[in-house]
Amino acid sequence: MDFNQSAEDNLFDRARIVGKPHARIDGTLKVMGRAPYAYERNDVAADQLVGYPLCATIAKGRITHMDASSARAAPGVVSVVTTLEIEPLDRSENNVARLFGGDLIEHYHQAIAVVVADTLEQARSAAALIDVSYQQEQGVFDLEAAWEKLDNTGEPLSDVGDVDAAFQTADFTLDEIYRTASQSHAMMEPHASIVDWSDGGKMTVWTSNQMIEMNKQALATSFNIDPDTIRVESPYVGGGFGGKLWLRADAVLAALGSRASGRPVKLALPRPLVFNNATHRSGTLQRLRIAADAQGKITAFDHAAVSHTLPGGSGENPVNQTRTFYAGASRRVAHQLIDMNLPESADMRAPGEASGLAVLEIAMDEMAQKLGMDPVEFRILNDTQVDPEDPSKPFSERHYVECLRQGAAAFGWEARNRTPGENREGEWLIGHGMAGAYRGAPTLDSGARVRLQGGRLIVETDMTDIGTGSYTILAQTAAETMGMAMEDVEIRLGNSAYPTSSGSGGQFGATSSTAGVYAACLALQEQIAKHLDVETPRFENSRVLAGDTDLALSEVANGEEFVAEDTIHFGDFKDDMQIGTFGAHFIEVGVHAYTGETRVRRMLAVCDAGRILNPITARSQVLGGMTMGVGAALSEGLTVDLERGFFVNHDLASYEVAVHADIPEQEVIFLDTTDAASSPLKSKGVGELGICGVAAAIANAIYNATGVRVREYPITLDRMIDQLSNAAP
Amino acid sequence: MNPPNSAERHRETAQNGAERSNVSLVVNGARHQLELDNRTTLLDALREHLKLTGTKKGCDHGQCGACTVSVNGERINACLTLAVMHEGDDVATIEGLGEADHLDPMQQAFLDHDAFQCGYCTPGQICSAKAVLEEIRTKLPSHVTKDLTAPIEVTDAEIRERMSGNLCRCGAYANILKAIHQVAEERA
Repeated sequence: MDFNQSAEDNLFDRARIVGKPHARIDGTLKVMGRAPYAYERNDVAADQLVGYPLCATIAKGRITHMDASSARAAPGVVSVVTTLEIEPLDRSENNVARLFGGDLIEHYHQAIAVVVADTLEQARSAAALIDVSYQQEQGVFDLEAAWEKLDNTGEPLSDVGDVDAAFQTADFTLDEIYRTASQSHAMMEPHASIVDWSDGGKMTVWTSNQMIEMNKQALATSFNIDPDTIRVESPYVGGGFGGKLWLRADAVLAALGSRASGRPVKLALPRPLVFNNATHRSGTLQRLRIAADAQGKITAFDHAAVSHTLPGGSGENPVNQTRTFYAGASRRVAHQLIDMNLPESADMRAPGEASGLAVLEIAMDEMAQKLGMDPVEFRILNDTQVDPEDPSKPFSERHYVECLRQGAAAFGWEARNRTPGENREGEWLIGHGMAGAYRGAPTLDSGARVRLQGGRLIVETDMTDIGTGSYTILAQTAAETMGMAMEDVEIRLGNSAYPTSSGSGGQFGATSSTAGVYAACLALQEQIAKHLDVETPRFENSRVLAGDTDLALSEVANGEEFVAEDTIHFGDFKDDMQIGTFGAHFIEVGVHAYTGETRVRRMLAVCDAGRILNPITARSQVLGGMTMGVGAALSEGLTVDLERGFFVNHDLASYEVAVHADIPEQEVIFLDTTDAASSPLKSKGVGELGICGVAAAIANAIYNATGVRVREYPITLDRMIDQLSNAAP
Repeated sequence: MNPPNSAERHRETAQNGAERSNVSLVVNGARHQLELDNRTTLLDALREHLKLTGTKKGCDHGQCGACTVSVNGERINACLTLAVMHEGDDVATIEGLGEADHLDPMQQAFLDHDAFQCGYCTPGQICSAKAVLEEIRTKLPSHVTKDLTAPIEVTDAEIRERMSGNLCRCGAYANILKAIHQVAEERA
């Protein structure tokens, strides 16, 4: 099915299931502990062995010698595969560092051997018996050394109007430097796979992955085998956040171990290896300049940033949102990649946007303060309904101003503290802050197959549910389209035997995959119409209605199975407009006047993301983004050992995600909007919108509480306590 | 980096004492006789030997709480304790709580409030949540308990504090809080 123009009025505008709250259909399995995650698939292959990885302890160099003889002789060990025994595996286009093979070390904790044994205890113990010698090379690990790159060197991504002239004539200007930290996805389920490649022929992979088809292709590339010989299953994923978009070492090592042992092998990355072996969000340095006239109209943005990557990667581009969020005739944005020898930086929830808005939305707060304006009104004044770089290009739907106004009203913004550092309750300084949120709403072609078996409908697609609610919203879509009850629909996900979907990532999953299921259901309807020889049948109450025909769906196929498959193809008409999601975050914090400890006391998000397919699961997605935003603002940061080039705090005790006690009352309001340009369901994603701007809203609230402006994340107490003594005597 | 002689140190320790032991565990009411590698954690005894995979391994270092189970009525991180230390102990896991048509009230409350997303931390959260209400009922104080002699009230602060050993990266804390309150109110 082609989606080549904006949707017209359709069944989703009169929906009885889509858009309504429905509890997760996979929920019962999850609360019972019976949803099978990758490492737990004891049922799928007999005689599984356990693999354990050995990872490099230098950041850059070569392995000169490996001795695995003691490991091979250790109790229970079936096989050992070292990286020196394997030709360097080909890299898929989505991997920057090679995953295994050869003597080259590109980053700390790169996998260099897998030990396969009868039990975990035996494999782990034997892995420690492998002796490794390295020839270490000097690496580059310090992003601070890239300062000079912020001074308008390099090729800008965009340069419109006359930025320099705008700054010369502006009534008000801002020019500040900001830093965001490297962050880890830290999903609760570590990367894990079971691989059966026992005979070196057909490969079956039970894994935890967001993008099934991409994973399959990457495996084929890595091992130089026909993708048709590979089957990948990932029906339950214990969190991803971008960390499981790509093929990683768990599946590669399990495959090599399986081939060497002639038996299926399961392998989970031990948690302390995840942070340096797998990917992370790169830290950034950003210089942001804003120019405005005396009335508060922005005349220019100049946003320069650097992030780090292994040579050939894409880093963390934080300047893109600055191109289209606010009005202003002139703007220049530039992002430069700094080649560094830290572990592989890649996508994490709202890649680029989260780091960019963490900075842009502090800068907007600072400008509002210089102008003496309410930061809400300053943003409203600078709203735009067209792409400011190309005013011929409109936003399909943009209700940012409504987000700001509704949020301000619901939060009680009028009653906010207006004098930084002066609102005190005992030992606590109380502050209020807000920030805008903006994230694109991309869609990817997505396929599905539907099977009508009696009165039941089975939906098959390689789409994944990483906690996002895919099972539920796809069932809602199918039930709505086919006029069936939710209970009569079964959703099967995460299997490469099913049609290729968008997969989960970039907040494109929900909108793309529901449209794919809709397309497959329409194909089934056509088939049924043909079979019954009727024109334009209606599907209601599990029946087909057309002219004199009134037949239960369960009787249509006469005991046979009807199977239909289709893919939604999104047309390039979307290129003529900006399609985005918008939001506003409002925060209250308390900062301890003597210690600088920050406690978030209240959080509100207002979101404009088109039709909300399921208010329960969508709200949870936004809550999750807000919670991760609290971590980004206050505690999350990977600390680099500048001598040896690795992230020091590589476990869940020292990399501090938000815990329950960090999270206050949270409220989410969805605007009642639709976006016909997005998909037939007129929905857009919310999973990444929820984290956008949160960190800045907290930073702004901290400033409002204390009068101390911190421009470096995470905002730990050591970054403000020396100034706090002045602010709060 | 490789500490010198690490391989030798491992070889030496491997030669001392019996490497395997018999242990008897009562899990969800059923007695199990296991013969285990001494290094086997209670978590791996459950997951790998009894195939009770509802108890999750998030970090294996006592840092995330996904492996929370009840041992003799108290919640512990099953990854931080060896199975052989639990001879005769009574272990309760998520599998023992309820069935699909007859869920435990805490499981039902998690469903009612969408108190999870990916589901991986969920069994640990539910086991912890049940224990938290019991700890409050039996006046076991927490960091935020103001009066150590009075009955402890089921407040937001008490729940948040006591649940902070169970990480949820999907960020369902606000919903988990509501779920626990629901069960507390049902009991009251």
